[in-house]
Amino acid sequence: MTSTRWKHNRSEPLFASIKDLAGSVSRDEIVTPLYQTSASICRDVVQYTASDPHQTSDRIDRILTSRLWGFPIMFALLAAIFWITITGANVPSAMLAEMFGHLERYLSLTFAALNAPDWLHGLLVLGLYRGVSWVVSVMLPPMAIFFPVFALLENAGYLPRIAFNMDRLFKGAGGHGKQSLTMAMGFGCNAAAILSTRIIESPRERMLAILTNNFVPCNGRWPILILLSSLFMAAGIGGGLSTMVTAAMVMGIVLFGILVTLVVSWVLSKTALKGVPTRYTLELPPYRRPKIWNTILRATLDKSLFVLKRAVLVAAPAGVVTWTLANLIVGHQSLLEHVVGFFDPFAQALGLDGYILIAFILGLPANEIVLPILLMGYLSTGAMIEVENMADLKQIFLDHGWTWLTALNMMLFSLLHYPCGTTLFNIYQETKSPKWTFVAFALPTAIAIGVTYTVSSIVRGMGWV
Amino acid sequence: MDGWNRCRIALVGNPNTGKSTLFNALTGLRQHTGNWPGKTVVHAEGAYRFKGMTHTLIDLPGTYSLDANSTDEEVTRDVLLFNPPDVTVVVLDATCLERNLNLALQVLELSRRVVICLNLIDEARRKGIRIDHHGLSKRLGVPVVKTSARDGQGLTQLKQTVRQMVLEEMEPRPLRIRYSDKMEQKIEEITPGLERALGEQFPIRWIALRLLEGDQLLIDALKKRIEQEDTSNDFHPMEA
Repeated sequence: MTSTRWKHNRSEPLFASIKDLAGSVSRDEIVTPLYQTSASICRDVVQYTASDPHQTSDRIDRILTSRLWGFPIMFALLAAIFWITITGANVPSAMLAEMFGHLERYLSLTFAALNAPDWLHGLLVLGLYRGVSWVVSVMLPPMAIFFPVFALLENAGYLPRIAFNMDRLFKGAGGHGKQSLTMAMGFGCNAAAILSTRIIESPRERMLAILTNNFVPCNGRWPILILLSSLFMAAGIGGGLSTMVTAAMVMGIVLFGILVTLVVSWVLSKTALKGVPTRYTLELPPYRRPKIWNTILRATLDKSLFVLKRAVLVAAPAGVVTWTLANLIVGHQSLLEHVVGFFDPFAQALGLDGYILIAFILGLPANEIVLPILLMGYLSTGAMIEVENMADLKQIFLDHGWTWLTALNMMLFSLLHYPCGTTLFNIYQETKSPKWTFVAFALPTAIAIGVTYTVSSIVRGMGWV
Repeated sequence: MDGWNRCRIALVGNPNTGKSTLFNALTGLRQHTGNWPGKTVVHAEGAYRFKGMTHTLIDLPGTYSLDANSTDEEVTRDVLLFNPPDVTVVVLDATCLERNLNLALQVLELSRRVVICLNLIDEARRKGIRIDHHGLSKRLGVPVVKTSARDGQGLTQLKQTVRQMVLEEMEPRPLRIRYSDKMEQKIEEITPGLERALGEQFPIRWIALRLLEGDQLLIDALKKRIEQEDTSNDFHPMEA
């Protein structure tokens, strides 16, 4: 007994003296001989009869992940995707809108021929049908282009390279390098990305990744960003340049989201989630030529149609509900106007309006339905705009007092606000903590309110709108 | 060895080396391996009988190193250090040997009785990679067996080698990495003290290296071990 006690007491000064010795040891001194031994053994025992299979990937990586070219290439690729999406979506969007407009006239004629009551026509055609048409026309074409193109980049093996490039930034912010990977996954779907944070083993760093994941736009939010950018941000600039500006705008929003991710990670890792980033190995899988048609098909079925389905499924009943609310008159105002009026003062302070705020609140289950709900709300208030061309869409917004500030702040709010219901549910499942789930809700919301309030105060204060 | 005809074998390897495939092929035990690395933080256990001996097989989580950066690495390292198996099988991906070797070298510093399993050998062959496994075995100082776990290639050879290692029919001479003279001197300096504090059962050189690295997790784990030993020694008489 006493002998082991003695042994324990002896160990304390021992560890302390080792610590002194260790002070002058750098990790390289231990790791370098290890790596050199591996390399030397491999030189002796491994033979390549064919050309080195890793060579091509290595050569590409030397450029795509280089300190000099990594970021510029990354931004250029993202910008190119946005540009392709915005340019490509214009024509099909207009065609879809026109088609829906035609159909609507036939529908109305049919209703009239059948002597259907006015309220039924209003509910089904002006509420439900018109809402769904707008959603499909404005959301389907960009999604049908964006998702497949993004998927091609993903399947070629580029996402781990993004993570590799971003790794240094995340370490600097006190997070785990793999946070860049889970963030990249968030561009697809935040709810799925929350599950992917399991690859981060340290609970502290995993929490950072979870809490900041929704600062990158997911599938459900891309359409808002792309649509509002193209409608409002390049106004007054003509021709090909305007799509460039729009693409740059979307880029800017994405970069801002990444910046917020880094800043929030940094602040948290200095306060509530203190700690030092751990080391890890990031595997860069070899580049593969993606199966092009397969990828396009899968992206279309799994993402574009999935998002659209969710949007339409919720948009349809939401259209009915909003139309009803807008047409039920209580006092001298419709019910909808009462609710909107309640939220309006606060929303105005954020540079938004009551409709937008309600759309975000009702959009909690899924970000895909924010835009549909908003459109339904606007369409139901007597501004009966037929779905015919995309300029009309902008007119809807302008009729409700929109300026470029409204568009910008709606984009910012969409980027920064609370995660969707599915994501929150996953966060709870993964953390098993009501407290952190609440933080995951409250923190982004506070940031969204703070940023939009600041932006609108500055813009109004300077008299820019 | 637990007894005359029982032994414990641990499987160690990088992620995606087919370690779990090998585990399943050897034990026949179906086990779910998730897509997310880090999902199986606790290890899976199974068993197989070979020539009258029951081998308990422990499938440790896939790791790139033994640095204990993550729960996975900590689990692997703690098993090898505090609950050492009779034989450790290091599974290597033959298509990218160099990267995989880093872990093998670390294991060789920590454990003596090691068998190297060069897996995915068919895939390597298809990619035009040829590996001189005799040469590799000579350099590492432990046996190397080529396998393709997916189609059962080399498994009997592997079981045979493991058995020989358990029965001490072969003498491993694990490669010892030489560090800079300065480092070696420091290692020498702290070795006697460590030997006195920890006793014989630990790989002192490996621990010395980690301590010089300033590995706080290991220092804590060792302290806890020593303390536990103390308290268990102190309270044992009372429990009895």
